[in-house]
Amino acid sequence: MEKEKIQFANTEDVVIKIEGLYKSFGELEVLKGVDLMLQKGENLAVLGRSGSGKSVLIKILAGLLKPDKGNVTMLGKQLNQLKPKQLDELRLRMGFSFQSSALYDGMSVYDNLSFPLTMNVKHLSKKQVNDAVEEALDAVGLIDKIESDPEELSGGQRKRLGIARTLIMKPEIMLYDEPTAGLDPVTCAEINALIVEVQQQYKTSSIIITHDLTCAKNTCERIAMLIDGAFLKIGTFDEVFATDEEQIKKFFSYNFTL
Amino acid sequence: MNNLGTNKYLFSKGIDSYFEGVYNGYQFTLRFFKEAFRSPFHFREIINQCFEIGLKSLSLITLTGFIIGVVFTKQSRPSLESFGAVSWLPSLMGIAIIRALGPLVTSLICAGKVGSSISAELGSMKVTEQIDAMEVSAINPFKYLVVSRVVATSISIPILSFYCSFIGLIGSYYNVSSEEATSLQVFYHNAFSNISFLDIFSSFTKALVYGFTIGIVSSYKGFFATHGTRGVGKATNQAVILSIFLIFLEELIIVQIVNWIRYF
Repeated sequence: MEKEKIQFANTEDVVIKIEGLYKSFGELEVLKGVDLMLQKGENLAVLGRSGSGKSVLIKILAGLLKPDKGNVTMLGKQLNQLKPKQLDELRLRMGFSFQSSALYDGMSVYDNLSFPLTMNVKHLSKKQVNDAVEEALDAVGLIDKIESDPEELSGGQRKRLGIARTLIMKPEIMLYDEPTAGLDPVTCAEINALIVEVQQQYKTSSIIITHDLTCAKNTCERIAMLIDGAFLKIGTFDEVFATDEEQIKKFFSYNFTL
Repeated sequence: MNNLGTNKYLFSKGIDSYFEGVYNGYQFTLRFFKEAFRSPFHFREIINQCFEIGLKSLSLITLTGFIIGVVFTKQSRPSLESFGAVSWLPSLMGIAIIRALGPLVTSLICAGKVGSSISAELGSMKVTEQIDAMEVSAINPFKYLVVSRVVATSISIPILSFYCSFIGLIGSYYNVSSEEATSLQVFYHNAFSNISFLDIFSSFTKALVYGFTIGIVSSYKGFFATHGTRGVGKATNQAVILSIFLIFLEELIIVQIVNWIRYF
């Protein structure tokens, strides 16, 4: 298995740079030397089978897990050199959309959105908070649900609310963990459209962890195939699709068969 | 540990995980003290938690405190009667309730009611990634969730404990007044005749220590819950059992210390 060679060009446009990332849990090696870079304004999908290390990778990017070896540079800051306060400052510039949406179930839709804002930005007036919440809800088409509780929302609406909660801090980088998992095809298409809208409206650069080829094709400029803990191929959808690599062909053929 | 050949455990899986648990609990407690005195302080969340813990336990504490007062007075009466010492009943109940029963009963009830609720809530938040969501939103989940709950239990349980003692004495008076013609004023005067500042102070200290124990144990178990909903159930169960065990252990230690001070 030959690993994809990364060309680190135009470094001023690189918002995320991952170099030689390794992560193990006990004797299980999950990431075995991952290299990747994300350009400013780009959407990149990380495709791979379940257990290939996709979620571990995104959790390392969000600072939720520490790598055993390797470097992650995000918006010019090296993650492993940051103090907790500096990491929090960086986190305010990135948004993380969880697979499970991870909505605060003890809070209303309004509170789910206002909570990160009021906790991180001091001295905001009630009107400023209301305006920010309404703007974020409007962006995801959930303005009519402002007074609802999260349990009253459908799966797709929960995903949208999870994305809105990240948008309220106006992130520069978005990290999506399986944004279309468990959704019907129509809702998947709506979420895909929303991801592209967020990219255009908020000028974000995104990494989208998914095993959904339609999502990857419709939302991303490039895709990266994560096989057995390392990237086997990185390129446009057509470039990766046209590869002769057996494991990638197998992944694509199973997805299209299903 | 790998240099021990094929055996990857230092002693055995059970013993290793026990010591690991003790060490992690120690680290967790240490982190509480580091975070508790560092800004920002989430006063609103502490007040919310005091309301959840304190006010919502009030009816249960009232009922239990009253019943305990009545039952203990009823049970003690025959023994005192056999010595012709029924007049000592208020004094005996004052000592029993204020020194021991008030804080102990309150904390045992709270270990079940409040401890399980904290552990289940934090455990659910953990397995549904809500704690991770806070962390990636640059909100310190330990400070917001754990510190506020531990501070709230440490404030609420001493207050509830004194309230329980007061209600327990009312229950005791109810029983005494049904048998003898005693006024509430005389009953309370007798009940407090043998109560010293040390008794009040030790009662408060006990309740404070028990409140802290319930908060920290329940938060610890919930904060590190794993393996989905089953793990949350397990964490909740362990939180209640461990809290009750530690409360009895602390009772033993505090009583020894207070007795030592009393007779010093």
